[in-house]
Amino acid sequence: MKTKSVMIVGVGGQGSLLASRILGHVFMAQGFDVKVSEVHGMSQRGGSVVTYIKYGDQVFSPIVEQGEADFLLSFEQLEAARWLPYLKKEGTMILSTQKIDPMPVITGTAQYPEDIVTKLRQTGANLVAVDALSLAQQAGSAKATNTVLIGILSTMMPFAKEHWETAIRELVPPKFLDLNVNAFELGRAAAVDGAKMK
Amino acid sequence: MKRLMLGNEAVARGLYEAGCRVVSSYPGTPSTEISEYAAKYEEIYAEWAPNEKVAAEVAIGASFGGARSFCAMKHVGLNVAADPVFTSSYTGVNGGMILAVADDQGMHSSQNEQDSRHYAAAAKLPMIEPSNSKECKEFIKAAYEISEDFDTPVLFRLSTRVSHSQSIVEECPRDEKPLKDYVKNPQKYVMMPAFAKSRHIAVEQRLEALARFAETTGLNRIEWADTKIGVICSGIAYQYVKEALGEKASVLKLGLIYPLPEQMIRDFAQKVDKLYVIEELDDIFETQVKKLGIACEGKALFTKLGEYSPQMIAEKVLGEKTDYRTFDEPVPMRPPVMCPGCPHRGLYYVLSKLRVMVSGDIGCYTLGATAPLNAMDTCVCMGASISSLHGFNKARGMQDRSVAVIGDSTFMHSGVTGLVNIGYNKGNSTVIILDNRITGMTGHQDNPTTGRTLKGEEVPQVSIEAVCRAAGIRRVRVVDPYDTVQVETALKEELASPEPSVIISRRPCVLLKSVPKKAPLAVDREQCRSCKACFKIGCPSIHMEDSKASIDPTLCVGCGLCASLCPFHAIGAQEVR
Repeated sequence: MKTKSVMIVGVGGQGSLLASRILGHVFMAQGFDVKVSEVHGMSQRGGSVVTYIKYGDQVFSPIVEQGEADFLLSFEQLEAARWLPYLKKEGTMILSTQKIDPMPVITGTAQYPEDIVTKLRQTGANLVAVDALSLAQQAGSAKATNTVLIGILSTMMPFAKEHWETAIRELVPPKFLDLNVNAFELGRAAAVDGAKMK
Repeated sequence: MKRLMLGNEAVARGLYEAGCRVVSSYPGTPSTEISEYAAKYEEIYAEWAPNEKVAAEVAIGASFGGARSFCAMKHVGLNVAADPVFTSSYTGVNGGMILAVADDQGMHSSQNEQDSRHYAAAAKLPMIEPSNSKECKEFIKAAYEISEDFDTPVLFRLSTRVSHSQSIVEECPRDEKPLKDYVKNPQKYVMMPAFAKSRHIAVEQRLEALARFAETTGLNRIEWADTKIGVICSGIAYQYVKEALGEKASVLKLGLIYPLPEQMIRDFAQKVDKLYVIEELDDIFETQVKKLGIACEGKALFTKLGEYSPQMIAEKVLGEKTDYRTFDEPVPMRPPVMCPGCPHRGLYYVLSKLRVMVSGDIGCYTLGATAPLNAMDTCVCMGASISSLHGFNKARGMQDRSVAVIGDSTFMHSGVTGLVNIGYNKGNSTVIILDNRITGMTGHQDNPTTGRTLKGEEVPQVSIEAVCRAAGIRRVRVVDPYDTVQVETALKEELASPEPSVIISRRPCVLLKSVPKKAPLAVDREQCRSCKACFKIGCPSIHMEDSKASIDPTLCVGCGLCASLCPFHAIGAQEVR
């Protein structure tokens, strides 16, 4: 099979490491070769962060480039706009509609673009926008936004639900397991009924 | 069992399986996790040393003592460790010794982009480079064999994309290596001129033997495909080449990257129509290939800056481009910032307000250089804040108000010597030690001041105050950086005093699990006059919403710094709307 790619983008500290580990686990359980690339160190401190997950018969480069991501999960609107070029033309972007002002916007030297969701749609990209933060809070904690997005993604990939649940059970500490299972289910439900999507 | 592992975790697994007994390192992105993972194995003694020079010397000593030893550092750490490393090339080893050095192409978390491969030639040490996690593990085992067979420390080169990518690794059992006998042998281990002269002969002979070994070792291999294009590469660049060119190119993949297999390169070059050398950073392979009289494409086509990628290679070699969508509006940058609640923020707020010259250092607190705090003038390397401030003040005769800022771990690393220099040479500088009770930027590693070891044991803390006093500094005081009034008073007094001084700005990193989190604060929109006083601290959780300040409750940790600066008391603990 040709290599497929998923990208997770967001703001440092939003929890993309757990999401990438769940994906890596699911793909590996299907017998695929898998590579996951993370960023540590200074970039993690509230900066724009990106994680790549690739799977296929044999994966060489751990990174994803422009026009290559089959799926792009974004935790934040501005980051979705920043990383849009990395989405494959026929790929799908799953966007949590949360907004976090970057420092240049806070200090007033730059503007946060308006109506990002509309503008992303206008580019012709397949876009699923959802208030994943509210769903995560409904599940019990804002920190579960990552699992909500994974729940949505799971409905778009050809792997049975059990595989995702197994990965979550194996990777999430027992203390946070119920929370993340709930968040995962809320994500799946949102994807299925479509009503919570914008 | 097969598992997904970070390259760094796989290096640690390799250490375990190869029977390594002693690990000593100083944390540095992207090398840090190797030693953290190694410490989880009971069979391996692992420690954080105060700096890379000490760590390398510990590894050398453990090797003398007959154990397989290891030491990891980032690229700039090797500059610190270079002194013992160069001479360990002469002494050689007893137990096998590996020194891992992780380069940071693209400077994801570093102050420069130096290419560590230069060190292999300069120190006359073999260097090995893996390209994925599986090789990280396997090459460690090979490196120990080389180390013991050729009586040499081995350099193990990593990079951000190899260290911080996960790929599949199969775990094997540990091969327990008994401690070798220690036999006193001053001709080999005491490096003074008379003995070193004969050791230099051994070093040159060793390099010749290694060059012969390079021709036959399985670490170097040729993957034949279409011979119109041939590529010589190593490490992560190999993965990019394979992805970009696939069956369209034959590849000579180097695993032993110093010394190079000259005959293998000649044979490969002869069988391909066009030869490329694809290497990130400097033209090290290319220079050696050209020295053999072989024509090749290298840096004329590819940059010496930053990281490469498959698309870059496909475009330059095949002329292929990938199409993509664009967002046709400027997207503001999102630079890293100090975390909400970071104790450094209050201190920098005062430094920014007083407009003093700030001699900076390496750590999370280097972020104080960014807007809106803009409170740093210089930053060179670990420890330079203190020593270069002394030079600055000796040059300018204290005509500028100036301070050095340095973290607790960086102070232990190489700040102490600079402070001793100030005490000894009649300096009058003011040094601020940002003591957040942990090594922050690399992800919370303990250090001699925290009272805990890498193995998690409780030990006596090194007292920063006592160290400063012992260095001859009489004025040593402690402030709480959340209390900006106290910080400002202390700073003004110490800047005015006619002798050197140290201010310890002490509060634990807000990300530490032991630090209790408070409820997020909120802005009373009725009270807020939009004066933006709270914006001066550059907290990422404060932004404007409908022309009033607003606090993002998902980011705020309730530190209260903004509330203490609001002239209208508009920021409080309760949700007021």
